Amino acid sequence: MTANTYQLTAKEKRFIGWHFIFAIAALSIGSLFGPFQAMEHAGWNFYDKFLNPIFHSYYEGLTLHGVLNALIWTTFFITGFLTFTIIYGLKRPLRYPKLNALGFWMMVVGLLIAAVPILLNQASVLYTFYPPMKAHPAFYIGVTLVVVGSWIEGYGFYLTYYQWRKENPGVRTPLISFMSLITMVMWQVATLGAAAELLVDLIPWSLGLRAGLDPQLDRTYFWWTGHPLVYFWLLPAYMSWYAFLPRQAGGKLFSDSLARFSFWLFLLLSVPVGFHHQYVDPGVPEGWKMVHSLLTYSVFFPSMLTAFTVVASLENAGRNRGGKGLLGWITKLPWNDPSVLAQLLAGILFFFGGIGGLINASYNINLVVHNTAWVPGHFHLTVATGVTLTFMGILYWLVPYLTKKPLWCKKCAVIQVWLWFIGMTIFSNAMHVVGLLGAPRRTPLGAAPYIPEEWAGHLLRVGIGGFILLISVYLFVAVMIGSLVTKKKLSEEPEPPVAESLLDPQTTPRWLDRWVPWLVGVVILLVIAYGPQLVYQISTAQFTSPPITNIFGG
Amino acid sequence: MANKHESMHIDPYEKTWIIVSILMLAVFFGAITVAGLSFGVRVPDPVARVNPTDLQASGTFAEPGLKEVAPKRYEAYIVAQTWSFNPREITVPAGSIVKFYVTSRDVQHGFKLQNTNVNMQIVPGQVSSLAVKFDEPGEYDFICTEYCGIAHATMYGKVIVVP
Ligand code: HEM
Ligand SMILES: [Cu+2]
Repeated sequence: MTANTYQLTAKEKRFIGWHFIFAIAALSIGSLFGPFQAMEHAGWNFYDKFLNPIFHSYYEGLTLHGVLNALIWTTFFITGFLTFTIIYGLKRPLRYPKLNALGFWMMVVGLLIAAVPILLNQASVLYTFYPPMKAHPAFYIGVTLVVVGSWIEGYGFYLTYYQWRKENPGVRTPLISFMSLITMVMWQVATLGAAAELLVDLIPWSLGLRAGLDPQLDRTYFWWTGHPLVYFWLLPAYMSWYAFLPRQAGGKLFSDSLARFSFWLFLLLSVPVGFHHQYVDPGVPEGWKMVHSLLTYSVFFPSMLTAFTVVASLENAGRNRGGKGLLGWITKLPWNDPSVLAQLLAGILFFFGGIGGLINASYNINLVVHNTAWVPGHFHLTVATGVTLTFMGILYWLVPYLTKKPLWCKKCAVIQVWLWFIGMTIFSNAMHVVGLLGAPRRTPLGAAPYIPEEWAGHLLRVGIGGFILLISVYLFVAVMIGSLVTKKKLSEEPEPPVAESLLDPQTTPRWLDRWVPWLVGVVILLVIAYGPQLVYQISTAQFTSPPITNIFGG
Repeated sequence: MANKHESMHIDPYEKTWIIVSILMLAVFFGAITVAGLSFGVRVPDPVARVNPTDLQASGTFAEPGLKEVAPKRYEAYIVAQTWSFNPREITVPAGSIVKFYVTSRDVQHGFKLQNTNVNMQIVPGQVSSLAVKFDEPGEYDFICTEYCGIAHATMYGKVIVVP
């Protein structure tokens, strides 16, 4: 394959850039509260003294933290990044740029609509918005618009791909575009659950058009979406590790076909596993929890494929750079490049997150950790580091590409990444430990009357880790703003670091580039894993829970 | 397009890795199944439905509290509501087996009995149930582990196990 020569137009770059501006703005507000939560746990409460007139409670903050980080930062970053990987991979413009623009601005409008009730403390329901706790209807409507907007951007991708396919019969879909499409398809299957919950239940009920809901059924809808949501975050990070990082580190992708194969498996196995978030739910039978437990474990296999390919590609890079011996190649990797560093450190912490995930998924062992501080300890290694730190690393090369300006203060970026790694290691380890000792999550522990003495040292470490992360977040924001406003210009357009594969992708078997059989597989697995329980839970639903409000304080 | 040779190229190391991964997965499957079925550590299973706005009509939750069903065998009916458990405190002798039945009259709550394997989501309309044997005398807090409103952090109760 020849080098990728397609250049994005200034307009395309600006469109992608807007996604990142909203994503970074969301992160800079959402991640303000993480450290405050952590410091609250350590006994340093800033809510009453500092935040109060503007932000009314711990839970208004926690809602902002969950929504802005986990839903907005991720979704805006991902749709922006996928727009890039679709265009650049297929080497053609979007088929209907206006359609994608419509989707994007719908997401923005949704965000603004949802933000108002949150900031008025009328939607302090956290990012899982479990009924029958009721938020202002604008919250549900805003969230729905964000999701639908992201779907529309996805339709724009599909139509672009369809056109490309017509123009390029027989050619293997370029890896980055292939992975982007799978990510988007997975997301659209996954969000059917939340769509049902929001459109059929929450919106009409919050508007007074329905008297009651069945909260158990809504939990099942929610977790249909809630688990694959994490794969929506993760797959773009994997794409970066597979298809960009090897090149950034100076090597090639080890195996194109296994990369594709693992993405198909992720598509198959992401959705039919939601009951593993409901192991302790009263309304889901034990047998079905066990089925989802085993399906969840199957994700171990494509995860191991990913680990092998990514590490083998990095080894290829390290040896190209003169690394010798069993482990000598590791030291030769470009650790001083903030983008590479961010992804390597993200991968290391993500590995530990994966081990924790095996524990969470272990059916009855989950009883020990469910709803304890262990769980946020776990997903700050995965989404808040494996994913978030990787996305930051991507922005460290992608923003200079989009603006044709150098990264402002590369040294600050390197320090930022190390601070994140150090802060998160301290924070997350302490959260895991105190969770094992029984500390609940979603709880301002400083106000809890049942805290034993032995938690104190760990809670202090939670606060220290959080404080280090506070510095890291705003150093990141500073580097981003600095890079945007700097007057310096790059003399030539930087080339996006898309890795070549060791073997020509055209030799990748054709069955790895066919959609229909895999999509049929997705439907079959869903029918098996969810069909009987959905039919049962819907047919026996009792809509007896009226909305509950006036419990947000403030 | 040129007719290139298509194949799933798999490196020998990769092949070993794949085999090891599959074996590990098989071990995990076995371990989960065995642990799930044979050590008596149960996860909640559906037991009953109630109407959260009319628990009076449910019979068992009309008067929450501890019921002795046999010597050292109890059933504890507990109602969760913002922001307390009713009853807040129950007392049993050491060696008792207590089966908990918990429901909510308003929003979702959690019920985690510290230092035991009892951990349940409390969902209005449903009854969550797990049993535990108290061998050691002492105090066991049960705390609410699901966000249920502004004073969620203060919501807890106690099982007192007397010698
Ligand atoms: C900047 C560093 C961060 C710190 C110190 C931090 C700290 C925390 C803490 C202490 C909690 C638990 C609060 C509780 O259970 O009461 C929490 C929850 C959470 N965090 Fe973070 N966080 C950070 C960044 C992030 C990022 C970047 C993401 C996602 C991209 C994220 C996603 C979440 C989510 C989804 C929750 C759960 C919210 C809920 O329970 O409703 N956090 N965070
Ligand atoms: Cu509660």
